[in-house]
Amino acid sequence: MNYKYFPHTEDNIREMLKVCGVNSLDDLYAEIPDDIQFKREYDLPSSMSEVELRKFFKALGEKNKSLTCFIGAGCYDHYTPSVINYIIERSEFLTSYTPYQAEISQGTLQYIFEFQSMMAELTGMEVANASMYDGPTATAEAMMMSVASARKRNRVLVSSTLNPNILRVIETYAKFHGVALESIAEKDGITDKADFEAKIAQGDVAGVIVASPNYYGILEDYTGWADTCHAQKTLFIMNCNASTLGAIKTPGEWDADIAVGDAQSLGLPMCFGGPFVGYMCTRKSLIRKMPGRVVGATKDADGKRAFVLTLQAREQHIRREHATSNICSNQSLMALFVTIYLSLMGKKGLREVNELGYSGAHYLAEQLTATGKFRLAYDHPFLNEFAVTTSLNIQKLQQKFIEAGIFGGLQIKEDTILFCVTEMRTKEEIDQLVNIVKGETVNE
Amino acid sequence: MNNTYYGNLIFEHSKAERVGYSLPHNDCGEYKMTSLPANLLRTKEAELPEVDEMTVVRHYTNMSNNNFGVDTGFYPLGSCTMKYNPKINEEICALPSFTALHPLQPSSTIQGALEVYYNVQKALSEIAGLSEFTLNPFAGAHGELTGLMTMRTYHTRRGDLKRTKVIVPDSAHGTNPASAAVCGLEVVEVKSTPEGTIDVEDLKPLLDDTVAGIMMTNPNTLGIFEKEIPEIAKLVHACGGLLYYDGANLNPLLGKCRPGDMGFDIMHINLHKTFSTPHGGGGPGSGPIGVRNGLEEYLPNPRVRKADDGTFHVEFSNDALGSISGFFGNFGTVLRAYAYILSLGKENIKMVGPLSTLNANYIKESLKSHYLLPIKGVCKHEFVFDGLCDKSTGVTTLDVAKRLLDYGFHAPTIYFPLLFHEAMMIEPTENESKETLDSFIAVMKKIADEAVSDPEKVKTAPHVTPVRRLDDALAAKHPIVTYKELIEDTTCTRN
Repeated sequence: MNYKYFPHTEDNIREMLKVCGVNSLDDLYAEIPDDIQFKREYDLPSSMSEVELRKFFKALGEKNKSLTCFIGAGCYDHYTPSVINYIIERSEFLTSYTPYQAEISQGTLQYIFEFQSMMAELTGMEVANASMYDGPTATAEAMMMSVASARKRNRVLVSSTLNPNILRVIETYAKFHGVALESIAEKDGITDKADFEAKIAQGDVAGVIVASPNYYGILEDYTGWADTCHAQKTLFIMNCNASTLGAIKTPGEWDADIAVGDAQSLGLPMCFGGPFVGYMCTRKSLIRKMPGRVVGATKDADGKRAFVLTLQAREQHIRREHATSNICSNQSLMALFVTIYLSLMGKKGLREVNELGYSGAHYLAEQLTATGKFRLAYDHPFLNEFAVTTSLNIQKLQQKFIEAGIFGGLQIKEDTILFCVTEMRTKEEIDQLVNIVKGETVNE
Repeated sequence: MNNTYYGNLIFEHSKAERVGYSLPHNDCGEYKMTSLPANLLRTKEAELPEVDEMTVVRHYTNMSNNNFGVDTGFYPLGSCTMKYNPKINEEICALPSFTALHPLQPSSTIQGALEVYYNVQKALSEIAGLSEFTLNPFAGAHGELTGLMTMRTYHTRRGDLKRTKVIVPDSAHGTNPASAAVCGLEVVEVKSTPEGTIDVEDLKPLLDDTVAGIMMTNPNTLGIFEKEIPEIAKLVHACGGLLYYDGANLNPLLGKCRPGDMGFDIMHINLHKTFSTPHGGGGPGSGPIGVRNGLEEYLPNPRVRKADDGTFHVEFSNDALGSISGFFGNFGTVLRAYAYILSLGKENIKMVGPLSTLNANYIKESLKSHYLLPIKGVCKHEFVFDGLCDKSTGVTTLDVAKRLLDYGFHAPTIYFPLLFHEAMMIEPTENESKETLDSFIAVMKKIADEAVSDPEKVKTAPHVTPVRRLDDALAAKHPIVTYKELIEDTTCTRN
């Protein structure tokens, strides 16, 4: 046998079998009915050495093409400080389990406490949980939380300006969970306030979900929305790209009841869409309705400050089918990632990240429109992501970009494409993209 | 371990003006966020810490020293399969040729990533004896939910709308009933026999045309193989229901038995258990689900397909149950699992089950003289003790668990399953050597002796951990969950 992950010698196995009172490893499976025992060999490749593994994955990786990224749409190419990967790869963090044994898990418990504190600060909300899977599932959890908080109501309104990736997920959850999900119409790139007011006036709405920035990168003005919701005892839920909250008006400032979203934009690698980390923040008064783990401060037997998983009576391992959610494993290590990121960036760094993205995006928008081939799709303020309409052949343009090593211009409507610029993009890269556009002719 | 000077929160190291980052200069000209309407900008700054880089590194490095991981020591946590997390897997999942990929890139530029996804779902299908897997679910519970959505979609597409109940054994993981509730299904509990397996006679009357299916773990949470499974499968299928397999306990079956062959229709696999990906302090996990022939079309979007010419592409199908994730799940975790599968290969994967089962039985037989073994006989990868044999000392399972921490071992899963009052669920994995098991056995016996000779010592354990036993009740009664709340409150002042 002699395989590097198995320490058993032939002698060991013999001695241990003897203690167990059986004659062979097969005898340990004697109770399994013969006709359901697996007797052939798996149809899988043979064992690879580490040398072979490295070569194999190098070759696979070479089948991918790394592109200069000018697209966000739910996954953002931001700067990752070097420090982070060294720390999250520390075995004591990486190879630990959920911190149920608090006395030997203070490292995990403390960073979750810091994560909760930072996410609450960033969103302007009172409390946060220990993480959700991703932004879309966090939004679905918020939807279900609003229904669970409002007795006997099951209508939830959701703005059509949310990223369709999020909409698809909450539609799925709504369908199975018995939530009557209705969309609020879009008007010129923003949520139609008249439609919102008409629909909420019909009554029985448990929650209203909007986004900021929305799918088109627009910073929508939600003045008065929370009041309208609260007058109907409806929860106002905001989905926000975490990074942008370093600059833009927070869910707390909009008087939202629940803030959710993805925190991937806080320096996490794009990694083909995961692992990311969802967040959820809310009012203290709603904390017992919140899904997922929560860490709280307490004291130990010597009176020393320490941290512990708390309010567990909400969770599946205690409440089973009456739990606030089924979530068990979350994205803890990525929450550590975000915590270190925010520690390094601080309030100044995050503002600077947003300032750089704003500057690059507005420069690109101006350069693109100056070619005469693009127009801003909407006349609304944006931060680092924006939509433009074009008369160019979009497929052909995208192909040109790819040939030049650029991923840009995500098609979101027949004549509309989306761009995103983060602090990662240089002026040279933006100019290169614009030069490609300049070379394209209309209706070719 | 140092938790005196380094026991601060990062906020307590903050000093205005300090920075821990460097960013490029703005060379795009004079575009300023101040041009945005003021009512769209945040007015109150986020009180994030302001610290220099080395302070951050020391802070988190020292925090890590207050943690226990698989790399630190033996972690016999039942149902959690705390196996070794190979280092090569970390190297593979950090390859920039994968980490730099945007999930919306055109298929032609992500062929390597799609091939990984496709091949892993193929390998899992072979190991499970099922037809196809989706790797989109983020964790075991998310897989359960997706599996139940698949189950409901199967029934409703056939116009069979009455099936709203799901049967769950009383010994099941808490996520099973919780996932059923999220999926809009009603939970019906089926009892266990005194031997710890599903009571088939109790099951029979529950099976009617309102049953969507049954959720089972096999071996169950007591580590006992449900050998009546062919009969159970026949009964459930006869009533029109489907069988869901909770893959949390798949590890002992590797090489020996496949859920598909047992009659299961849908299952999830915890890649962070059976396929060695790290638990990361509670995540990210990955909970792929597999289905048998005829259910593939319901699997969630997006799906990865292989064309006849060998190229891969992404598909969004109208037949799918919908989407349950933003993109392709925890892809980084999938990469690690692929490296694990290829490293073991078919020759070694088949040894995982037998060696983990051998290790569990060895501990069980070695300790049953000191700890109460309620269910005798051969177990699979894990087993349950009902506390100490000698109950006269007043030393509980919690006390034993805490005392183990003093000796450098992680505690077993305690007070689960709920079938016994003093449950202590022990799962050693195939990676543990006889020497490690022997030292654990010796310590467990020593604690049993201490329970008699010095019970106070055990009841007040742990003694040498970074912190002592915590006041859980205080935390729950008076929740303080952010730094802001902490500094406004004097209950938990730092000593």
